[in-house]
Amino acid sequence: MADFYYDTAHLLGALVLLTSFGLLYQRRLFALLNVFATQAFVLAAAAAWQAFIHGEPHLYITALLALSLKAIVIPVALHRIILRLEIPRAVDSALGVGMTMVIGVSLVTLSILLVMGVTSGAAALTREDLASALSVVLLGLLMMITRRNAVSQVIGFMSLENGLILAAIGVEGMPLVVEMSVAFAVMVAFIVFGIFFFHIRERFDTLDLQNLETFRGEREERPWS
Amino acid sequence: MAASGVLLSRFTGLRDLAYGGTAVLCLAIAAAAVAHLAGNVAPVSLVLPVGLPGAVTHLRVDSLSALFLLVVNVGGVTACLFGMGHDRMARSVGFAGHADRAPVRTLVPLFLAGMNGVLIADDVFAFLLSWEFMSVSSWLLVLSTHRDAATRRAAHVYLVMASFGTVMLMLGFATLIGTAHGASGAFLGDYSFAGIRAGSPAVLPATIAMLLILLGTGSKAGMVPLHVWLPLAHPAAPSHVSALMSGVMTKVAIYGLVRVVFDLIAIPQWWWGAAMLPLGAVTAVLGILYALMQHDIKRLLAYSTVENIGVILIDIALAIVFKSLGVSALAALALTAALLHVVNHSLYKSLLFYGAGAVLAATGQRDLDALGGLIHRMPITSFVWLIGAAAISSLPPLNGFVSEWLSFQAILNGPLLEQWELKIGIAVTGALLALATGLAGACFVRAYGITFLGRPRSNAAAQAGEVTALMKASMIIPAALSVAIGVVPTLVISLLEPVTRAMVGEGLYDGGGRSGWLWVSPASAFGNSYSGFIMIAVIALMSVVAALVLHRYASARLRRAAAWDCGFGDAGPTAQYSAGSFSQPIRRIFLNQVFSARDTVVMPPPGDTAPARFSLELRDPAWDWLFTPIEQLMGRIADRANLLQFMTIRQYLSLMFGALVLLLVVVAVTQS
Amino acid sequence: MITLIDTLYQIIQMALLVALAPLLTGVVRLAKARLTARRGASVFQPYRDLLRLARKEAVVANNASWLFRVTPYMVFTAIWLAAGLVPTFTSALALAPTADLIALVALLGTARFFTALAAMDIGTGFGGLGASREMTIATLAEPAMLMVIFTIAILVHTTSLPQIVDFILVGGVGLRISLAMALVALSMVAIAETGRIPIDNPATHLELTMVHEAMVLEYSGRHLALIEAAGMVRLLLFVSLILCIFIPWGIASPGSGVSLVVLGLVSYPVKLVFSGLLLGAFETSIAKMRVFRYGEFLGGALLLALLAAIFLFVSTGR
Repeated sequence: MADFYYDTAHLLGALVLLTSFGLLYQRRLFALLNVFATQAFVLAAAAAWQAFIHGEPHLYITALLALSLKAIVIPVALHRIILRLEIPRAVDSALGVGMTMVIGVSLVTLSILLVMGVTSGAAALTREDLASALSVVLLGLLMMITRRNAVSQVIGFMSLENGLILAAIGVEGMPLVVEMSVAFAVMVAFIVFGIFFFHIRERFDTLDLQNLETFRGEREERPWS
Repeated sequence: MAASGVLLSRFTGLRDLAYGGTAVLCLAIAAAAVAHLAGNVAPVSLVLPVGLPGAVTHLRVDSLSALFLLVVNVGGVTACLFGMGHDRMARSVGFAGHADRAPVRTLVPLFLAGMNGVLIADDVFAFLLSWEFMSVSSWLLVLSTHRDAATRRAAHVYLVMASFGTVMLMLGFATLIGTAHGASGAFLGDYSFAGIRAGSPAVLPATIAMLLILLGTGSKAGMVPLHVWLPLAHPAAPSHVSALMSGVMTKVAIYGLVRVVFDLIAIPQWWWGAAMLPLGAVTAVLGILYALMQHDIKRLLAYSTVENIGVILIDIALAIVFKSLGVSALAALALTAALLHVVNHSLYKSLLFYGAGAVLAATGQRDLDALGGLIHRMPITSFVWLIGAAAISSLPPLNGFVSEWLSFQAILNGPLLEQWELKIGIAVTGALLALATGLAGACFVRAYGITFLGRPRSNAAAQAGEVTALMKASMIIPAALSVAIGVVPTLVISLLEPVTRAMVGEGLYDGGGRSGWLWVSPASAFGNSYSGFIMIAVIALMSVVAALVLHRYASARLRRAAAWDCGFGDAGPTAQYSAGSFSQPIRRIFLNQVFSARDTVVMPPPGDTAPARFSLELRDPAWDWLFTPIEQLMGRIADRANLLQFMTIRQYLSLMFGALVLLLVVVAVTQS
Repeated sequence: MITLIDTLYQIIQMALLVALAPLLTGVVRLAKARLTARRGASVFQPYRDLLRLARKEAVVANNASWLFRVTPYMVFTAIWLAAGLVPTFTSALALAPTADLIALVALLGTARFFTALAAMDIGTGFGGLGASREMTIATLAEPAMLMVIFTIAILVHTTSLPQIVDFILVGGVGLRISLAMALVALSMVAIAETGRIPIDNPATHLELTMVHEAMVLEYSGRHLALIEAAGMVRLLLFVSLILCIFIPWGIASPGSGVSLVVLGLVSYPVKLVFSGLLLGAFETSIAKMRVFRYGEFLGGALLLALLAAIFLFVSTGR
C-alpha cells in the first residue's frame, strides 16, 4: 500500500508541473486563470494527500489555504478586475509559445539534473517532488519573463510561489509558520500588484508593461512581433 | 584489387568504353567485396614499394573496407550505366548545354579510383593522397559541365571546405602519430595504420585527434555546421556525379570516421559519443528542414543527404557510447544500424539523383514549380522514384525503415546506462530523430507530389518523354535492391556481422536472438523483432482480397469524369499547390524562429491590376557564422602561400635554412 | 513459436476490427448528436453508409493515375494490419513478432504517405492543401507518438504490444507520473491522427478548415468506402491502443482458457462504447483550433512525451 501512497503523491506533484506547462501554453487570459485555479486545486490536493499519508494535520491548513485563496478567491478577483478594467483578453507573449515550451522542457531537465546531483542519497519520493517543485518555480519565472501583460505576470509569480509550497509540503516536518508566511507574502504581493494595476491604469490607460518601458525610454517602440 | 585504382584511370579513351569498362571493373570489385564479407576472410594486406622517398605504400582490405568497397562500387556501376545512357540520349536528342561530356567521362573513373583508394589505404600517406584525389576529381566534375557564376561559386566553396577538411585530417593523423608511444615508451613515428593502432595514445591527444578527424570527415560528409558547401556543390555536378557525391562520397567520409574511431584509436570515450549525439541530431533535423524549403529538386536531395548523414552520425555516436561503456552487444546494434543506413542511403540517394537527372534530361527543368504530371509521361522513372521516396521516408516494408528501426532499438536501450547526461541526451536525440523522420516523410511527399503528380506546370513537363533504357536500368537496380533489403534485411545484416565483430568485438546475433532469415531480431533489442517479408505478404494478400471482394460483390464499375474539386470549375494547373505553398505550414511552425525566415506579401491596392507578389527570405546561420570566417582564413593562408612564388633566391635559401635550424632544434629538444 | 490458436485469434481479431470499427464511429456520432440536442442517426448508420458507397459506381477524375486507384486498397490494408497488431481481447496474436509499436507507427505513416500522394495526384488546390496540412500534422504527431512509445518501452522493456499488455496486467508498473503524461500525450496524438476536433473536423466540408476531407475529396464509390472504412479502423486502432496500454484489464493473456478469452471478447466492446461516449462528449465541449496552432498543440504533445521519458529516470531512480 505504501507504493500506492507514494505513487499518488508523485502523480499530484507532477500534475502541478503539468498545469505549469498549461499556463505557458495558454493564450487567453480567462483560460489562463482557469488553468491557474486548476493548479492551485491540484496543489491543495497534494498538500492534503501529504497530510494524510504522513499524519501531519497542519498540512491540511495549507491545503485549505491553497484551495480557498488561490483556487477560488484570487482567480475570481482577477476575473473581475479583467472585466472591470477591460484589459485585452489575449496574452501578449514576448516569445513564441513553441519556443517557450521548448525552453520550459529544458528547464525541467535542468532541474532534474540538478536535484539528481544534490540528493543522490535521498529517497526517490523526495527527489521527484523536489525536481517537480524546482521546475514549477523555474517555469513561473519563465512565464514572468516571457509575458508582457501584467496579469499574466502576476499569475506567473503566483505559480512560482506554488512551486515553493510544493517543495515545502514534500519535505517531512516543515513547520507551519513557513507556509503561512509564504502565503502571506503572496497576499502582500497580490495587493501590491493590485494597487500597481490601478496606478498604471490611471497614468497610461493600459496594463501593458511595454508601454511603461517605452515611457522610460528603455526600448524602441516596435510593432507586435 | 590494389591495381584497380591504376587500371580505372586507363579507361578514358573511347566513348562508351570509359563507362562500360569502369562499370565492369566496379562490378568485379563489388563481387569480390561481397565474397570477402560472406566468406569471413582474414584481412588482405599488400605493400607497394612506391611512395615518399624511403617509405612504402601500405594497402589492406578488411571487412570494413570490403563493405564500403561494396557501397562505392555498386554506386559506381549504376552511375556508369546512367552516364552511358545519358550520353546516348544527348547524342540522339542533342539537348543544349550537355554536348561536351568528354571531361565527365574521363573524370568519373578517376573519382571512383580515388574513393576506392581511400578505402584500401593502410597508411596515412596513401589515405590522404587518395582523399585529395577524390576531392580534386569531384571538384573538377562540379566544374565540368556548367561554367556559370553559381557553379563557380559552388566550386569555390567546395574547394575551401575540402581543403579545410584535409588540413583537419592531416592535423588529426599527425596528432595520433606524434603522440604514439610503443610498449617500451619509445617514440614510434610510424605512419602506417598498423603503427597508429599499436600506438595506444593517451586520452587527451586521442580526444584532440578524434575532434580533428571528426571535423575533417564531417566536413566531407556534410555534418552541420560544416555542410554549407554540400547543397551547392552536389547539385551543380552532372546528375550521376551528384549521385556519386551524395550517395557514395559522403559514405567514404563516414568510412574514415569509423576507421579512426573504432579501429585506429583503441580507447573511445563515452563523452565523445555524448558530444557527437547532438551534432548528429541537429544535422538530421536542420538538413531535412532545409530540404523541405528547396525548390530545386537536386538541392533538395543534397540537403536530404545532410539529414541522412545526421542519422548515421547518431548511430555512430551511440555505438561509441556503448562500446566505451563495455556494452558491446548494444554497440553492435548501433553500428549495424549505422552501416545498414550507409548501404541503404547509398542506394536510394543514387536512385533519387538518377531520377532527378532523368527528369532534368526529359524536361530541362530542376525547379519543382515547373514540373508536375510526370507520372503519366515517365511511368518507369516515376515508379522507381516512388520506391526511392518511400524508402528514404523510412516507410515499411522498404529498406529505410529497417535501419531506422534498428536505430530506435539502440536508442531505446540508452536509458539503461548509468550516466544521467546520456539518459536524457539519448531520449532527446530519439525525439529529434523521430522529428527528422517525420519531416522526411513530408519532404518527399512534397517532392514526389509536385514533380510527378498533379498536372504539368510548364510546357516542358507536359511534353516530357521517358528516358533511355540504360538510364532506366540505372534506377531500377537500386530500387530493386532497396525493396530486397527491406523485405529480407537479414541478407545484408549477415554481411555486416564480420564488420561489427571487427569494430566493436561482437556481431548483432552473437548474444543470441533469432537469426533466421525471416525476422530481424537482435538479442539486444529487448527481444523485439520485425519482419518485412511477412508484412508485405500480409498487405499484398489483404489488398488483393479486399479488391476481389469489392469488385465481385459490390461494384466494379468505373467512370472517368472531370475532377470534382468541391464544385469549382477547372481552375487550371496554376491553382495547384506549389512547392512553396506545400511547405508553408511547416515553415511557419519550425523555421520562423530557428532561422530568420521572412515571407513578405505585397498586395496591390484594390483596383490595381498588378499581381500580388510573394517573396521568401531564408538564411542559413551556419553560412554567416562559420563558413565566412573559414573562407577568410583559408584565403589569408593562400595569400601568404602565394608570396612564396615571388621571392628572391636569397629569400628562398634563408627560408630553407630557417626550416633546417628549426628542425635541428626540435630534434635536440626531443632527444634531451 | 506461432501456434495454431494464435493464428485463430489473429483472424478473429482482424474480423472483429472490421466489424466493430463502424460501430465505434456510430457511437461517437450518436453521442455528439444527443449532446447537441439532436436526435442523431442510429449507431448502425455507418455500416449502411459504407455499403451504399461500395455499391455505387466509382467516378475517377480524368487526370488520375494508377496511384490514385491503388491507394485506397493500400491504405485500408496498411491500417487494418496495424490495427491487427493491437491486442483487443487477447494478447496471444500470431502477427506480434512481425511488427512492434515502432513498426505500427511506421505502417500508419505509410498509409498517410500514400493518402497524401493520392490527394496531390489529381492536381486540384484542395488536394494539395489537405496533403500539406496532413503532413505538417504528421511531422509532429509521429515523433510525439514515438516518444510515448519510448517512455513505455523504458518502463516495460519492450516495444512489442502483447508483451506490454502482459507486463501491465501482472501489475509490474504501478501508478506513474510518466504514464499519466504519456496518456495525455498519446490522447493528443490520437486526436490529431484520427482527425478529430480540435485538430480536424470529421463532419466538415468547409474548405478552410478541412484536412483529411480535403485529401479524399476526389474519391467516390468503392474507393471512398475503403477510405472511410480505413478512417474508422484508424479511430478504432487508437482507441484500442490507449485502452490496451492504460486499461488492459479484461484482455486475456497467452495460454489462458476459453472463458477468459470470451471475457475479453465481451469486455472489449463495452470499453469501446464507453470510450466512444467519452470522445463524443469531449468533441462537443471544445472548439476547433486554428490551423497554425497545430504546431503548438502537437509540439506540446511531443514535449510532454519527452518530459514523460525524462521523468521516468527520476522515479525509477536508476
